[in-house]
Amino acid sequence: MLLRVSIEKAGYSSSATIHSIQFELSEGQLLAVIGPNGSGKTTLVRAISQVLPFIDAQIHINGTNLMQTNETERSRLIAVVPQSTFVPPHFLVEEVVLMGRAPYMNWSGRAKQDDLDRARKAMGQTDVEKFRYCVCGELSAGERQRVILARALAQDTPVLLMDEPTSHLDLRHQIEFLELTRSLCQKGGKTVLVAMHDLNLAARFGDVFLAMKYGTTDAFGNAQDVLLPEKLSEIYGLAVKVIKLVDGGRTVVIPQ
Amino acid sequence: MRNLARPLLFAFIALIISVILSIAVGSVDISPKDMLSVIWNTLQGIEGSTQLASTYQTILLTLRLPRTILMIMTGAALAGSGCAYQGLFRNPLADPYLIGAASGAGLGAILSLSIQWPASSFSYLFVPMTAFIGALLTVFIVFQLAKVGTTLPVTNLILAGVAVSSFATALTSLLLVNASGELRRALVWLLGGSTMAGWKPVISQLPYALIGLIGLSVLAYKLNVLQFGDEQAVQLGINVNRTRTMIVIFATLSTAAAVAFTGVIGFVGLIVPHILRRITGGDMRRLLPFSMIGGALFLLLADIIARVLIAPQELPVGIITSLCGAPFFLFILRRSKGKDW
Repeated sequence: MLLRVSIEKAGYSSSATIHSIQFELSEGQLLAVIGPNGSGKTTLVRAISQVLPFIDAQIHINGTNLMQTNETERSRLIAVVPQSTFVPPHFLVEEVVLMGRAPYMNWSGRAKQDDLDRARKAMGQTDVEKFRYCVCGELSAGERQRVILARALAQDTPVLLMDEPTSHLDLRHQIEFLELTRSLCQKGGKTVLVAMHDLNLAARFGDVFLAMKYGTTDAFGNAQDVLLPEKLSEIYGLAVKVIKLVDGGRTVVIPQ
Repeated sequence: MRNLARPLLFAFIALIISVILSIAVGSVDISPKDMLSVIWNTLQGIEGSTQLASTYQTILLTLRLPRTILMIMTGAALAGSGCAYQGLFRNPLADPYLIGAASGAGLGAILSLSIQWPASSFSYLFVPMTAFIGALLTVFIVFQLAKVGTTLPVTNLILAGVAVSSFATALTSLLLVNASGELRRALVWLLGGSTMAGWKPVISQLPYALIGLIGLSVLAYKLNVLQFGDEQAVQLGINVNRTRTMIVIFATLSTAAAVAFTGVIGFVGLIVPHILRRITGGDMRRLLPFSMIGGALFLLLADIIARVLIAPQELPVGIITSLCGAPFFLFILRRSKGKDW
């Protein structure tokens, strides 16, 4: 197992926000984390990347216990695309993407050829190469989101965590973004966790699903186990229909 | 990439011209020819041959040159620390004065100036040290007051900074009122006048300013990553708490070095990095050194103006920096319409 997560309790104080979450992902799997607002999706991403003040958990990546690593070691194992798309406005896009190489740089932050190559490749993958010399303050929210994704890709980690990465993207970039994510899993062997609201996108791109409610696991498994109308209706408190389209066998979730 | 060769060249030429001006201008004007001959003679170890030449030599070497260097160091230290504070708190309003570091340094400096030291050379060595301790204490108090859990909201920081700063300033004023004989000199100090002549302040200031500014330069890249906020900085492999503590210490050292011998000089730490950011962009590895040069240049020019405006008397340089700085800053602020952070 590449990523092994076992969270006893985690949150912003000792009164935990999330609790009792266990799952394992193997190399190349894409986990879609779904659940209503306040169910703990963002807290889960923060707990795995160890930026919460209070964490009681066992998290292993490739056998390395994350609780015993420092920030630099951790940032070579996990890259995060956070929900907030704040980017310091005075930096160029290229400078921001190169900061994904910070875990591999010394104090001076001087980019080697390898760093520049990886940054360039990441910018190409997320379609921001044309903004390379633009100042981040002039980009739209969706463009900033793609810049942050490029930064995370440049970080070159086995695990990638994303919190609502498509929230500011238009339809085309949503699909392209998730296609790219899937190819990173299938071809690049990355293990990816994506917290998302759009159940149709989740159904289309997820290999495994984690449904959260009240800060804990409600269901974990593949589409047949999790994307069931009764289950989803109960989790979201709203009657939904799950339809399998005739062409391609794609699953679609429709609120009733 | 941004091409900065030209601005850098321009800054250096401007700095060299200002240095020459600063040495030439004052209650006695020294022509470039005399200046060259004095420098030539000194380099060869010759005493001034005539009465006039020896007077020039004295003015140049014991008054103008150390003062010029003091102004360069002070300007660089103020703008450098201002740049670091602005980056650290991700706020264009943060500067050594706003978060209380400068007032604390002033209180510390005045404390050690008001004590009668057994030997006068001692006091010079102690001024920057007590200024540093005062500044660090103030910043620590401000931090503790502003902290909410593990976060540091900028609004709290500025409110606490203003409050603690006023308190320290009030204490400083109290000490000044009691220091009867030295009142005039202390008052000038408070207004930002460089009243301490000679090499002693330069030599006492140098190690503090150098350690502070070199430390900040070394941390410049980490300061870049901190611009994303604590959470993303951690996820990019930065030890946020340690880095932030080190930046505060180095920036406070620089502030203390600046305040200890020249008193309260406002606006240098605020406007210089603010304006230069438009040229260099956000990368601290370029903005920090540019701010240091820019701060040195700005303060040196202000000092020259302060010396010639009501010659043969001198104005405190702090008055000039505020008189030029405040309107210019407001002009910039109005033009940018809050696009900056």
